[in-house]
Amino acid sequence: MPSRFGLRAVALGYLVVVLLAPLAMVFYRTFESGLHPVWQTLSDPNTLHAFEVTLIATGIAVPLNTVFGVLCGLAVVRRRFPGKGLLNAFIDLPLAVSPVVIGLCLYLLYAPRTGWFGSWFLEHGFQILFALPAIVLATVFVSVPFVAREVIPTLRELGHEQEQAAATLGATRWQRFWRITLPSIRWAVIYGVVLTTARCLGEYGAVAVVSGRIEGQTETATTRVEDLTLNFNTAGAYAVSLVLATIAVLVLVTMTVIRPREGAA
Amino acid sequence: MSIEIRNVTKHFGAFTALDDVSLEIPDGSLTALLGPSGSGKSTLLRIVAGLERPDSGEVRLAGEDATRLAPQRRNVGFVFQHYAAFKHMTVRDNVAFALTIRKRPKQEIRERVDELLELVQLQGFADRYPSKLSGGQRQRMALARALAAKPGVLLLDEPFGALDARVRAELRDWLRRLHEEVQVTTVFVTHDQEEAMEVADRVAVLDHGRLEQVGPPAKLYDSPASDFVLRFVGDAVRLGERLVRPHEIVLRRWPSDGAVEVEIERIAVLGADVRVDLADGSGERLSARLRRDELEDLALERGEIVWANAESFQRLSAGDAEAGQALGRLDGDVDAIDLGTAGTAPTGLDERLDVV
Repeated sequence: MPSRFGLRAVALGYLVVVLLAPLAMVFYRTFESGLHPVWQTLSDPNTLHAFEVTLIATGIAVPLNTVFGVLCGLAVVRRRFPGKGLLNAFIDLPLAVSPVVIGLCLYLLYAPRTGWFGSWFLEHGFQILFALPAIVLATVFVSVPFVAREVIPTLRELGHEQEQAAATLGATRWQRFWRITLPSIRWAVIYGVVLTTARCLGEYGAVAVVSGRIEGQTETATTRVEDLTLNFNTAGAYAVSLVLATIAVLVLVTMTVIRPREGAA
Repeated sequence: MSIEIRNVTKHFGAFTALDDVSLEIPDGSLTALLGPSGSGKSTLLRIVAGLERPDSGEVRLAGEDATRLAPQRRNVGFVFQHYAAFKHMTVRDNVAFALTIRKRPKQEIRERVDELLELVQLQGFADRYPSKLSGGQRQRMALARALAAKPGVLLLDEPFGALDARVRAELRDWLRRLHEEVQVTTVFVTHDQEEAMEVADRVAVLDHGRLEQVGPPAKLYDSPASDFVLRFVGDAVRLGERLVRPHEIVLRRWPSDGAVEVEIERIAVLGADVRVDLADGSGERLSARLRRDELEDLALERGEIVWANAESFQRLSAGDAEAGQALGRLDGDVDAIDLGTAGTAPTGLDERLDVV
C-alpha cells in the first residue's frame, strides 16, 4: 500500500511542479495588478494582429497537414513503393529537428538572391521571408507529423478487409474512402487535428527565425509574448501567455472528452 | 452465373500460390474449394472476386472475360472468414450498404433489408452494432450483406473457420438450405474435408497450388485421383506399399497375396463399427475399421498375429458408382469372386474364409 501511494505522490508531484505550477503562476501574475492592464494589452491592435497571424497560419497548416497526414498514412500502410521507409522516417523529421534549425533551413532556402527558391520568388515579385508566407511555411513544417502519426497505427489495426468487402459490394475507391476508411479512423484524425492545432498555436522557434517579428505585421502570438517581455510590459506578456495557455487547456479538455468515446466506437 | 477459371497462375514473390489451375463452376452449383493451408484455395477465390490479379490465365464470369475487371464491377458477393463487418455501422446499414451506394430508393432498401434479415434470422438485431453480436450472428449478417445486391456469385472464404464447433455445424446446415432457397452459384473455401463433403455438391481439391481433382463428394472418396486426395478426403492408412481406407482392410488368420503380417495392439468398439489398431513388423502403426459382426466371427484378440490385406475398389467414374454397379475387388485373392456394391459394406468375412 505505501509503495502504491508513493508512486501516486511522485506522479502527481511531478505534474504539479512541471506543469501546474507554471500555469498557476502565469494565471496569478496576469491578474496581480487587476484586470485593466490585461484588457489594455489584449485590445492592443498589435496584439490582436499577432493573434490574427497565428490563427491564419494555424488555419492553413491544420487542414493542409490533415489531408497530407491521411494520404501519407494510407500510402505508408497500404501501398508498396520505393522509398516508403524513407517517407516514414521523414514524417518524424520535424519532431527530431529543433524548430530553430527548421527556421534556419527555410531562411536559407527562401533568402532573396542566394536561396534556391528565394531568387525565383524575388524575380516574380513575391515576398516570402519576413512576411506571412514564411510564417505559414514554418508552421506547416513543424506540424507535419501529428495526423500521420495518429492515423498510421489505426489504419494498421483496421486492416484491409472492410475496404475489400466494400469493393465486392460495389463501392468505388472514392465511396470506400468516404464511407469505410474515413469513418473508421475518424477519432485518430480528430486527435491528430487537436495535436496539430496545439502545435501550430504554440510554434515559436522556426517562426521567430523567418518572420522578422515586425510589430503589427509579422508577429505571432508567441513572438508577441517575447516582444512584450523585452519591452518591460510584463503584465501584457502574461496576458497573451494566459490566452495561449487557456487554449492549450481547452485542447487538453477536448482530448479527454474524445478519448473515452474512441474506446466505445 | 457460371465461373470459368482458365490456366490461372499466381506468385507471391518466390511462392507459387496457384500453378496453372483450370476449373469450371456451373451456374447454380454449390462448390467447395478444399485443401490444406497454403494450397492456394483462398487465393483462387480472391482471384474470382477480383481482390487479387492472376499473373497469367483468365477468369470468365457468365461467359464474359472478367480477368481485369475491378471487384466492384463483378457482381459477386464475398464473405470473409473474420466477417469484415463495418464496425461503425448498424446491422441494418451494413446489410443495406450495397443498395445505399447504388442510390436505391429508401423504401426499397428498407424492404430488401428486412427481407434479408429475416432470411438470416436477425430480425431483432437491425439497430445493433456488430460489436454487440456473436460470431455466428456477425457471419450471418455478412452473408445478408453479400446477398443484398443479388450477386451472380456468392463467394465464402473459410466462412465458418472462426466459429466454435456447434455454431459451425448449424451454419453449415443453414448454408445448404440457403443455397436451395436462393439458388445462387456458391463457392466456399474450407480446409475441413467433412465440411466440404457435407455441404457441397462439387468439391475441388487443391494442393500446393495445383488442382488435384474435381467432382462430387462420393467420387472423390471412392475414386481419388491421387494419393493426396485419398489421404485428404476421408481417412487413409499405409498398408505395406499402398495407401488404403481403414474400412477397406480385411484381416485373416493366414497369408495371402500382398497381405502384411500385423499384430493386433488394441480393439476399440465404436458402436456398430470396431477400430482395430495394428502394428506391422517394422513397427508402423495403422488402424482398420471392421463391422462388429466381422470381428466377432473372426474372434480376434489383442496380441494376436494376423494378415491384413486391402480390398481396393476399382477406381471407377462417379457415374458408374452412382448407378450402383457391382465392383470387383482387385486384391487378387482366391476370394476375388466376392462381390460388393459401392456404398454398402462388404459381405461377411466368414463366407470368404469358407471359400478359402
